[in-house]
Amino acid sequence: MIRLLMRDLILALRAGGGFGLGLGFFLILVTLVPFGVGPNSERLAAIAPGVLWVGALLACLLSLDRIFALDYEDGSLDLLATAPVPLEGLVAMKALAHWITTGLPLVIAAPMLGVLLHLDGAAYTWLIVTLLIGTPALSFIGAFGAAITVGLKRGGLLMSLLVLPLYIPTLIFGAEVVRRGAQGFDVMTPLLMQGGISAGAIALLPFAAAAAIRISLR
Amino acid sequence: MSILSVTNLSIARGGIPVLEGLNFTVGAGEVLVLRGPNGAGKTTLLRTLAGLQSPLSGTVTCADDAVAYAAHADGLKSTLTAAENLKFWAGVYGGGDIEPALTAFDLTALADRLAGNLSAGQKRRLGLARLLVTGRPVWVLDEPTVSLDAASVALFAAAVANHIAQGGALIVATHIDLGFDAQVLDVAPFRADPQVMSGAFDEAFL
Repeated sequence: MIRLLMRDLILALRAGGGFGLGLGFFLILVTLVPFGVGPNSERLAAIAPGVLWVGALLACLLSLDRIFALDYEDGSLDLLATAPVPLEGLVAMKALAHWITTGLPLVIAAPMLGVLLHLDGAAYTWLIVTLLIGTPALSFIGAFGAAITVGLKRGGLLMSLLVLPLYIPTLIFGAEVVRRGAQGFDVMTPLLMQGGISAGAIALLPFAAAAAIRISLR
Repeated sequence: MSILSVTNLSIARGGIPVLEGLNFTVGAGEVLVLRGPNGAGKTTLLRTLAGLQSPLSGTVTCADDAVAYAAHADGLKSTLTAAENLKFWAGVYGGGDIEPALTAFDLTALADRLAGNLSAGQKRRLGLARLLVTGRPVWVLDEPTVSLDAASVALFAAAVANHIAQGGALIVATHIDLGFDAQVLDVAPFRADPQVMSGAFDEAFL
């Protein structure tokens, strides 16, 4: 299991591995928003939680189709499926590797980019907390979508259509916590809802994704 | 003593039956060579034996975790070195040392090259070396000698001979003669009637 994780991390970090793809996209998106919306700090502060969360979500989406497609193309997925590793564990490790290479850099970069959007000072803690809780759900839901479309050539569009609706609850609750945090309201309810979604996704979706891969390999 | 036995097996590809009524057993130290024209269902049969797909009917009796499968694709990561690729698989299968496998396929000098820079034959040798680090008794191989030169085929034959001497078994789809005492199974007479769709429409869709 650890070897699977290490392999995926090494592959992501080597040339052409796609590490930094999501982060780069996030940086570009958040930097461009003030140019598009104008430098009015009140307006930027109002939209900052939503922009940061939408940006994080799209950045996650960008690298999803690589999770299984590369292993499927070079035959590794067949061999891993016959190896003494449970397919559910394989999915969980791949999703975890995706989170470490995509979600975690976003969590670290988001506070710095919040400055560009005049994010309210009280909201920074909640931005980090919600991204930390929410991005694992994005990776695990995404791994499920990638597993369903693994056998399809150019399955990226179909995968986006499948995955984006499943991302919406995480987005709503994540942005809501940050918005409420910025205004000094109680954040517990949306935070708990988001935590529940993440816990459920991490617990259940590896099984669903493994079943989808078994069907694709037939 | 049989390691793997197949009873009345029928298999399908893409929802269309390709082979039916297969019966055979493979014991320790035995080689089974599958022959048959292209599209006869050799690969589908091997994938079924490896557990990647389930049979239409019939049973494959085999101990858990006995089969090591090698397909047309080698499953190598081009940005990892040859040794890293092999170490990964050794780790996954709980095996230890990769040196014997590198030596057996004459890969020691290439160990630190990126797999992406190897030639087709060298990649194939690396893919076959993976079998040695799995430590599994039944090798299920699909056209293992594609793109190998004569010397590499000899290396492969030596590795197989060693494997069989240690009580392993080999089921291989190949068109060349590896020079072993082998049972030969021509799958052509077992061809299934493709018109019998067995109600597997959704199967084909998936």
